[in-house]
Amino acid sequence: MAVPKRKKSRSNTRHRRSQWKAAAPNLVECPTCRDKKLPHTACATCGTYDRRQVTSPSA
Amino acid sequence: MPQPTKGARLGGSAAHQKLILANLATALFEHGRITTTEAKARRLRPLAEKLITKAKRGDLHNRRLVAQTIRDKGVVHTLFTEIAPTFEARPGGYTRITKIGPRKGDAAPMAVIELVTEPMAAKTAAAPKADEKPAKSEAPAEDEAAKTEDTTAAEAASEDTAGDAK
Repeated sequence: MAVPKRKKSRSNTRHRRSQWKAAAPNLVECPTCRDKKLPHTACATCGTYDRRQVTSPSA
Repeated sequence: MPQPTKGARLGGSAAHQKLILANLATALFEHGRITTTEAKARRLRPLAEKLITKAKRGDLHNRRLVAQTIRDKGVVHTLFTEIAPTFEARPGGYTRITKIGPRKGDAAPMAVIELVTEPMAAKTAAAPKADEKPAKSEAPAEDEAAKTEDTTAAEAASEDTAGDAK
């Protein structure tokens, strides 16, 4: 069975994991409630898209 | 000859996809709007619109063709007697898909697919606008000016600077 020859150093591990990042989503302002929302998506807060009620408001 | 759909089928097999889409179409015509994943909504849209087109023709042959997909006779009856007449003046585009963001649990992108219930009066008003595009672009600009003076001022400032640069 194949096994690792050397212990992976903490430095190598941490360098590898330093590239493991999450990107912040690009947000736009809802024209109805001025809350931040995903573009081309109904607003999660007021439930409108293009000033049309799509879902029930959450808050 | 029609090209077969490329890529994976919803649910894993062609038969399963056919069942999923038939059930979704039945639910859509029963309730008028359904919430599902965006992928399913996008696949459902052409099927549902073709069924509505058949329902608009309204004869027995088309009723039998629709009944092959929608197995619920009550829903077929609703589609032919209530839904189809509302789309009499509408030349296609009977459904609307609105994205509502990722689902909690598996982050699947969700969407609402609904039958368009707005009257055609708004649509006919929009049709001439499409012909004269400059007029259409001016009207929303004026609306925005009324709504948010800050942004228009910023835009005007940027336009001024652009003009100066030239």
